[in-house]
Amino acid sequence: MTAIATTAPTTTARPRPVADVLTMLRRSLLRAVRYPGLTVFIVGGPMVMLLLFVYVFGGAFGAGVAPGITPGADGRAAYLDYITPTLLVITVVGGATSVAVSAAMDAASGIMSRFKTMAISPGSILSGHVLGFAVQAMIAVVLVLGAAIAMGYRPEADALDWLALLGLFVLLGICLNWLCVAMGLGARSVETASNTPMLLLLLPFLGSGFVPVETMPTAVRWFAEHQPFTPIIDTVRGLLAGGAGLEGSTAVQAVAWSVVIGVAGYVWARALFRRERRV
Amino acid sequence: MSTTVRGPAIEVAGLRKSYRSKSGTQLVLDGVDLVVPAGTITALLGPNGSGKTTTVGVLSTLLAADAGTIRVAGHDIAREPDAVRASIGVTGQITAVDELLTGTENLRLMADLNHLGKSAGRRRATALLEQFGLAEAAGKPVATYSGGMKRKLDLAMTLVGTPSVVFLDEPTTGLDPRSRRTLWDEVRALVEGGTTILLTTQYLEEADRLADSVAVLHGGRIVAEGTPAELKSVHDAGSLDEVFLALTEPPTEEEAGTDAAAATGPTQDKENVR
Repeated sequence: MTAIATTAPTTTARPRPVADVLTMLRRSLLRAVRYPGLTVFIVGGPMVMLLLFVYVFGGAFGAGVAPGITPGADGRAAYLDYITPTLLVITVVGGATSVAVSAAMDAASGIMSRFKTMAISPGSILSGHVLGFAVQAMIAVVLVLGAAIAMGYRPEADALDWLALLGLFVLLGICLNWLCVAMGLGARSVETASNTPMLLLLLPFLGSGFVPVETMPTAVRWFAEHQPFTPIIDTVRGLLAGGAGLEGSTAVQAVAWSVVIGVAGYVWARALFRRERRV
Repeated sequence: MSTTVRGPAIEVAGLRKSYRSKSGTQLVLDGVDLVVPAGTITALLGPNGSGKTTTVGVLSTLLAADAGTIRVAGHDIAREPDAVRASIGVTGQITAVDELLTGTENLRLMADLNHLGKSAGRRRATALLEQFGLAEAAGKPVATYSGGMKRKLDLAMTLVGTPSVVFLDEPTTGLDPRSRRTLWDEVRALVEGGTTILLTTQYLEEADRLADSVAVLHGGRIVAEGTPAELKSVHDAGSLDEVFLALTEPPTEEEAGTDAAAATGPTQDKENVR
């Protein structure tokens, strides 16, 4: 007789969603440690952009975002001020892109089918990825902010502003991750899983991320003013500047957009998760 | 296993399943009836595309049946899917392991999802690693395992929750003869312990050696059922190969027009599961 034969059944059909979500979160983080490639991408991408935009373009661009500034060192400092908030938001978007890859890997490898045939909370299977990459994105945000500070960036946020920033980043991370989980499940292969989420990385460029929207032609400006990343970046920028020039309505729009993205992503992901795959 | 209710572990009556896609509806299972007594091995045979994997998909709660009544481990699959899930283990055609984690981590993940508790889960993981000869590789990432080792780990993961009914969908495809025999031994040991097994396989020798009962799926239905010996004597055949070939001839063009399942069945390879 083997161990299988002598062990009495211990499983129950009682759902334990919290325990299952924590187990899946642990799996997601363990995968991040084992396969740091995605994490390096989440931190490395924004850091390269920060260096490029400040040290190459910043000297000239700075005069564009802060009128009256002389090009050169002062321009670079002004531009660093302007784009650090943008790159923190882009860091969160990059994290979401990696969620899509992980979800697509699960769907392709057969392990998602295994999970579906187990008596576990169905929501935990995707939540593990969503929360795991939200944790990674928060760590990445801290590292990118650290790099900006090392380059001379000086945030003026007080304790309450920092708390609001943390809340906004966690919310944005979870919401974007749900959207990208859906994109990953909808992808035809692991290789193409990050293509659709990559489009999200363009949005900060078509908003207030790198230049003021006032400088754009009418059509582009209209789009920039009505897309989610403009209020989100403006809110982050305002909070990091100690609340200076931040309007309440902008912050409300940032939160509202995040929630809309999150709910839409969750509903879409759930539909794709429940969709029968031909076997 | 004193709590096991004797009687059939799997009861399927009138199972119908079709896939809908843009190109139309394809009927795969057209009234499958199947009974697997508790503590036995039944092998499901059939040509490529005959619906073996679809049958396992429905019985393991992955796919919803269009019609039919199905009970697995005493639970109605439509009304109590979670009770069914708590009683079954599934090893699908595609190896379902987490390649980034180690063997131990994979098994502990299953133990946690089965809510075994920390120390019991650890003991279970260690015991299964020993049993499947994976103890030495336990701490290595699964990505470094050979195909045979992955398949063994896959089966071990299926067994962590001590399921009373186990589905094995072509478990030995691609394995070398030695690995195949190791898996056969494990399967036999499981059945000695009271587990019920439904196995699909392309290897008729495997069915002949392992199964108490064989069911042949063709054209969306079970066209023959019995012990390997019975099937051989009924069809006056020396091997299950001959029985299989006699039972699963491709339909003539005339029949194909009236038999939706067979029309797209035997010649068309089944698409890989994603």
